[in-house]
Amino acid sequence: MEKFTTLDAIVAPMDRPNVDTDAIIPKQFLKSIKRTGFGPNLFDEWRYLDHGEPGQDCSTRPLNPDFVLNQPRYQGAQILLARENFGCGSSREHAPWALLDYGFRVIIAPSFADIFYNNCFKNGILPIVLDAEIVDQLFREVEASEGYRLKVDLEAQTITRPDGTVIPFEVDEFRKHRLLNGLDDIGLTLQHADEIRAYEERRKQEAPWLFSAGASGE
Amino acid sequence: MAGKTLYDKLWDSHVVRDNGDGTALIYIDRHLVHEVTSPQAFEGLRLAGRTPWRVDANLATPDHNVPTTDRSHGIADPVSRLQVETLDRNCAEFGITEFTMNDPRQGIVHVIGPEQGATLPGMTVVCGDSHTSTHGAFGALAFGIGTSEVEHVLATQCLVLKKSQAMLVKVNGQAAPGVTAKDIVLAIIGEIGTAGGTGYAIEFGGEAIRALSMEGRMTVCNMAIEAGARAGMVAVDDTTIDYVRGRPWAPRGEMFERAEATWRDLHSDADARFDRVVEIDAGDLRPQVTWGTSPEMVVPVDARVPDPAEEADAVKREGMQRALAYMDLKPGTPITDIAVDKVFIGSCTNSRIEDLRAAAAVAQQAIDAGRKVADNVRLAMVVPGSGLVKQQAEAEGLDAVFRAAGFEWREPGCSMCLAMNADRLEPGERCASTSNRNFEGRQGQGGRTHLVSPAMAAAAAIHGHFVDITER
Ligand code: SF4
Repeated sequence: MEKFTTLDAIVAPMDRPNVDTDAIIPKQFLKSIKRTGFGPNLFDEWRYLDHGEPGQDCSTRPLNPDFVLNQPRYQGAQILLARENFGCGSSREHAPWALLDYGFRVIIAPSFADIFYNNCFKNGILPIVLDAEIVDQLFREVEASEGYRLKVDLEAQTITRPDGTVIPFEVDEFRKHRLLNGLDDIGLTLQHADEIRAYEERRKQEAPWLFSAGASGE
Repeated sequence: MAGKTLYDKLWDSHVVRDNGDGTALIYIDRHLVHEVTSPQAFEGLRLAGRTPWRVDANLATPDHNVPTTDRSHGIADPVSRLQVETLDRNCAEFGITEFTMNDPRQGIVHVIGPEQGATLPGMTVVCGDSHTSTHGAFGALAFGIGTSEVEHVLATQCLVLKKSQAMLVKVNGQAAPGVTAKDIVLAIIGEIGTAGGTGYAIEFGGEAIRALSMEGRMTVCNMAIEAGARAGMVAVDDTTIDYVRGRPWAPRGEMFERAEATWRDLHSDADARFDRVVEIDAGDLRPQVTWGTSPEMVVPVDARVPDPAEEADAVKREGMQRALAYMDLKPGTPITDIAVDKVFIGSCTNSRIEDLRAAAAVAQQAIDAGRKVADNVRLAMVVPGSGLVKQQAEAEGLDAVFRAAGFEWREPGCSMCLAMNADRLEPGERCASTSNRNFEGRQGQGGRTHLVSPAMAAAAAIHGHFVDITER
């Protein structure tokens, strides 16, 4: 996983609550067996005027000029400003993959759906929860000034506005540590392989039916 | 000291180690696998030169991409076919049990786990699918995970988790006839909202939940995720034990008795403390119908489409306006005036035998009254949750009832719940659906979804519009 330390980038506003994973990456693109290449289909149904299918050349498709990410002022944005319950719906990790592939590294919202929030950290995206009021202010500022940027510092847990004011944010210590260092979760867990085996031995005594060979029913 | 909640008991019995940073390493007893969220996980495993930690803890089946029509020629869409073949190949390579597309036990992963007894009380159950919460109906800790976590479970049989808070949703009293598990859970979501359960594990309790069959409890737990909670659960009782006994993967004989003795303790202690308690009265409930593009946008069938003008919160008001525009509905329209183009009875929420019986009973009534699926309904389809549900339904003659009333009877799979296979809504089409999500484009781009119970969906098919089934 790519590590995340600091980011100074353009902010794009996604001004609607309950943006679900079906909207972030529509299901037809879930048929891919790869982890990459989802960026051109991020928000596909909102972004293009035609119906998207996997394997299409997106550069020739008609863009929806009203969709926020298609506006010239938000090109190159790496910070997405969103409303409550962002990422609700399915567990598909294709949603953070698509956001990442498009270029987003930070998402700011008043709240996130649990699984999506968790999936972001596994892919080097930092989801930041801020008070609804502050998010509201940021929406107004982003819309008022073209080229609006924010500076995000994960180590310091701060967001710095263009005028220099600082907004602190919370993040779980363990998540911060992993993201800052780009650590491999599986490698970390396997350091405790002995403890996993010891647990299994104990459970085989306590609850042997959990270890009987499945389909045979024995 | 306060007693333990069911969630505490399940959590405590699965802690491999406390990481000391607010997380714990939690052991996973059962891992269900399907074709959409697993290919990248297997690929990751292979790239790192790792092998599954415990092959026999896994059970796989393809469900999202499989056709619900004749399967003898395989899958027509090459992209879907590749994904299903990739699952077959991965399972064969790593030695994982898979019910392949033409196996009679194939079906929606959340239907086959319980059906096989692969889901047992007291287990931790995970799957790369958010509706894994379904399995919590057995007094299990069950939740959906992303693909990185699928790989993590394959490689280590564990997950690094932070404990959630505990919420109790108590459904008191008795539901009127015609008010089903689906109506109960939709009403709960309407009450607490789609983010109401975020950060919580929800235990569903109270008289009305105790009165539900296992099928009904699965329907309720299935939609815990629509209420924002990763996990939903119901305490173990006789209903649970009776359902599990004799299932192919369940323990037998003396081992079953030993297991049962521990399962009987899987309930919250009387003095357990919850971080949040919500109570609703089942006696007040009517059949529910969603009108918008989020499951919380739901009203009783005898109500009207709400008016955004009456919503004080600006963000919510805009959300409602957008939803009404997408759904092509006007505020104040009686729900029973809404006509439907298609009807879908199926999905991991409502495709079990009991659901099909409820829908078939409505179809039978129609036949007896000399009626069939209404002319304005282009397609009314019934998609059983698994091959075994299909067999059972056919043994009971339900397929014949459906066919005679003008419904199509299909092969098992996710089907039009998310339209990854060929079953979908065309732009602008309106559907009465027993599935769980009414997001924009969920059942096909531009399609409009109304979530309802199986009996309500069947009645909508017969009448061509929503009707209050408790009225007749
Ligand atoms: S039936 Fe629908 S909700 Fe259930 S697993 Fe399949 S696609 Fe997901």
